[in-house]
Amino acid sequence: MFGASDKENNGGKQCAAMESKLVEYLDGRARPAERHAIEEHLAGCAACNMRAMEFRALWGTLDDLPDIVPSREFDASLRARIAAEPVRRGFWDWMPSPRFAFAITALVVLSVWLSSGPRVAKAPVELNQAAQVNKISTEKDFGMIQNLPELENFDVISKFDALSELPVANAASDEDLKKETR
Amino acid sequence: MARTDVQLMLDVKAGDEQSFELLLRKYRTPLVNFLYRMVRNTAAAEDLAQEVFLRVYRARQEYAPSAKFTTWMFRVATNLALNSVRDNRHHQMEISIDQSIDTGEDEQRAMEVPDRAPTVEQELVARSRAEMIMKAIHALPEKQRAAVLLHKYQEMDYDEIARVLECSESALKSLLFRAYETLRVELAPFVNNSARATNNSARV
Repeated sequence: MFGASDKENNGGKQCAAMESKLVEYLDGRARPAERHAIEEHLAGCAACNMRAMEFRALWGTLDDLPDIVPSREFDASLRARIAAEPVRRGFWDWMPSPRFAFAITALVVLSVWLSSGPRVAKAPVELNQAAQVNKISTEKDFGMIQNLPELENFDVISKFDALSELPVANAASDEDLKKETR
Repeated sequence: MARTDVQLMLDVKAGDEQSFELLLRKYRTPLVNFLYRMVRNTAAAEDLAQEVFLRVYRARQEYAPSAKFTTWMFRVATNLALNSVRDNRHHQMEISIDQSIDTGEDEQRAMEVPDRAPTVEQELVARSRAEMIMKAIHALPEKQRAAVLLHKYQEMDYDEIARVLECSESALKSLLFRAYETLRVELAPFVNNSARATNNSARV
């Protein structure tokens, strides 16, 4: 690339090509073939050779720049900034934990089961007794409905015999109670 | 066996706060120095470095090891530094000579290295030299400055720097050449002496 034969004709071009190759060469990262070509050019070009030497010297000069040490408050200040960060919650963060979800589900199922009443099968004898009681109470209710005009009649109720059969002692005790409350 | 940066970051993602501490300990000083050399202000550099770590911490849940950890971290740092430099450019243009002397004092304070200068005179020379180097670096265009800092002080590979600066490798090599060419001219008094000394020793 930088052969001595075409040096005179392409000297300017070769020097310009150093722009993208010199740093890599000085870094020691140029490929062997390229390195050889660059060395040939540097051997024949005083300007580029001088530049290469000065680049090396420059890198040595840049090494003289001392490092600064972060302040003692750096870590504490950073931790404070991290602590002040708002906690971001994603979609899955809003989902309850499996244990909590199980507990909630169990509670809902239990409450539904309790509100729907007992589902235990009753014994046949108890069922028969219950049916009979229901039958009697139904007949009584039917009789009351049949005698409803009589019950609503004030004269019939006021002359109801059952009231006259009440014991006198009860009436007396009522009067005593009234006195005590006064 | 020491865990890689990617492994540490994956552990941070899994909730291991200790791994974040390890990353912080490992990259705190290089990051602060990189940012200090970019923005040339100690307090601003520390603030920006904290912002970088904060962003790394915030992004832990979304972290995917698609690139080297340092590439990712220094890309964040470079973008923050470039934004900071651009935001302060107008302010910097208004800085008077007196104020620039104050900035020099800040540099002096920041560059205090306890075991470096055995005598007062040597310390002053070293400090003056460091100031000139800092000024020359800071005078570079922002992208060239970042390229030099990542190449010279962080010793990153070309492909990594190219990814950080979002340019091609060939563009990066040209960028570095132009940056070093400018620095060679700006720091000529140091460079020429050093080059001459190297040349003489080679002849002998």
